[in-house]
Amino acid sequence: MRLVLHLNQIHRVFNEGTPDEKIALDNINLTLDKGDFVTVIGSNGAGKSTLMNIISGVMLPDHGQVELDGKDVTYMTEYNRSKMIGRVFQDPMAGTAPSMTIEENLAIAYSRNKRRSLRLGVTKKRRELFQEVLESLHLGLEDRLNAKVGMLSGGERQALSLLMATFTEPSILLLDEHTAALDPARAELITNLTQEIVDKYHLTTLMVTHNMQQALDLGNRLIMMDKGQIILEVNEEQKAKLSIEDLLNEFQRIRGTKMASDRALLS
Amino acid sequence: MFTSIFGAFESGIIYAIMALGVYLSFRVLDFPDLTVDGSFVTGAAVAAILIVNGANPFAATMVAMVAGFIAGCLTGIIHTVGKVNALLSGILLMIALYSINLRIMGKSNVPLLNTDTAMTAVRDFFDKTGIDGFFNGILTAIGLGDSLPRTWGILLFMIVVTLAIKFLTDAFLKTELGLAIRATGDNKRMIRSFSSNTNLMIILGLGLSNAMVAFSGALIAQQGGFADVGMGIGMIIIGLASVIIGEALFGTKSIARTTLAVIGGAIIYRIVVTLALRVEFLEPGDMKLITAIIVILALTAPKMIESYKEKKRKVKRQLENMQMVAVPSEGKGEAGAALKSDS
Repeated sequence: MRLVLHLNQIHRVFNEGTPDEKIALDNINLTLDKGDFVTVIGSNGAGKSTLMNIISGVMLPDHGQVELDGKDVTYMTEYNRSKMIGRVFQDPMAGTAPSMTIEENLAIAYSRNKRRSLRLGVTKKRRELFQEVLESLHLGLEDRLNAKVGMLSGGERQALSLLMATFTEPSILLLDEHTAALDPARAELITNLTQEIVDKYHLTTLMVTHNMQQALDLGNRLIMMDKGQIILEVNEEQKAKLSIEDLLNEFQRIRGTKMASDRALLS
Repeated sequence: MFTSIFGAFESGIIYAIMALGVYLSFRVLDFPDLTVDGSFVTGAAVAAILIVNGANPFAATMVAMVAGFIAGCLTGIIHTVGKVNALLSGILLMIALYSINLRIMGKSNVPLLNTDTAMTAVRDFFDKTGIDGFFNGILTAIGLGDSLPRTWGILLFMIVVTLAIKFLTDAFLKTELGLAIRATGDNKRMIRSFSSNTNLMIILGLGLSNAMVAFSGALIAQQGGFADVGMGIGMIIIGLASVIIGEALFGTKSIARTTLAVIGGAIIYRIVVTLALRVEFLEPGDMKLITAIIVILALTAPKMIESYKEKKRKVKRQLENMQMVAVPSEGKGEAGAALKSDS
């Protein structure tokens, strides 16, 4: 198995030296092999978002290394790292440029790992490719290439974000609660699309979610975080047998308290 | 009357290039760039001093453009690398450029009368072709013969130049680089996640914007026959007024449409100002006040109208809800909405 992501002793403290000091990540180790689809659950403030931010380069760790595709990228800038990382955010508005058309947004995603020059962004050949990949969403967006993305619904925008993050086949896909801001029907649509797309491109994926059922349904591995630590790692075999009940009990067994997330319980 | 409108049209189409620059920074990059007040003069100063010292006026205009590009890049660098607020970085450069412009010119005013400029070159060229006679003939025929413009050449030449810049801008904004600049103005987080250096895009965008502004300044100096250190005061607001007027009157459906609208806005702004100055009680010095009022109205009116409409809609909906309160199934929509805002 080829190693895609390797986090070595990642440590990150917020407000160091003040009364508000908070250890967001406490010497985290995590590896993802090629094709791994890991779901991450945990209560609020467990460090899930910080983990995502450190992998994507939005934040730097206090110490520890981030290796991507065998390269140390710990101090690589966010935009340089983005060549290898596909990201979908929680906010459906965050992943697309609203005043630009669907095809222009796709053109931006298309030139992710190329040097941007004075070549035309949307050529005839690329438009055909965009149409083809949009068809895989089954939302009819392929007929609306010239529609401004701001006119799309939240679900449609998130589907487009997902497509844009993935169709150039990044080394790793980071999903940060990307269905949390959608209504249940849309969330299910995006969940299914995620599965489809990850399978299609064999993407190595790390998905943060508040939805335990989603965490169990998707992916081949599961990790549970709390207070900046990974407190539970579940492999493919164990994961298949797991229920929400088991997860909650497991949390209580390890931590001695109930899991502090109403949202996790509700969903 | 005709001559003054003609003059307004002529300078309007030169100012349109400046307005296109302001469109690029203000709308495309979403960056309120006040460098414009300084870089406009920088363009005029560089061109004027080079021309006075015997340089080819067209080459001088190109050098002026490069100077504007550098000024814009500096604002971008102060903002991105220095992490200084956008407005403040523009103001800082605007102030710095005031001194620099004085240094370039050596005095506060450089006259270009009796000097060969790009404008006299164009006029002389058109004199030979006889086009002036043709257009003036038409004017005389329709009864406007008593006040004929001195040359049609500058107007025709500037229409070609401004349209060329418009089409270049349109084309550029459709390239991979152009798309990245537009996305930088639209959603920085998104474009960073698609591996674009937003700092570089801002610097480049501001450079291009101010290159256009300086180009326009250089041409205005040659058309007006002088470069003055105070000629850039309020230029950003004039540019903004042109953009807003143009967008409101001609629409923003596509990039090509919007850039055309901005050019139209610049011309209409000039004509409006010219007409306003013919009103008895207004003086030339009132021009900036009029401009400011136009921009204030254009910025606030749409929002006020929108919030008034919104209020009316809400009142109406509330009335409807009160009538339907007896019907239990009506509550469903609200519960759904509440759930959504929770998650």
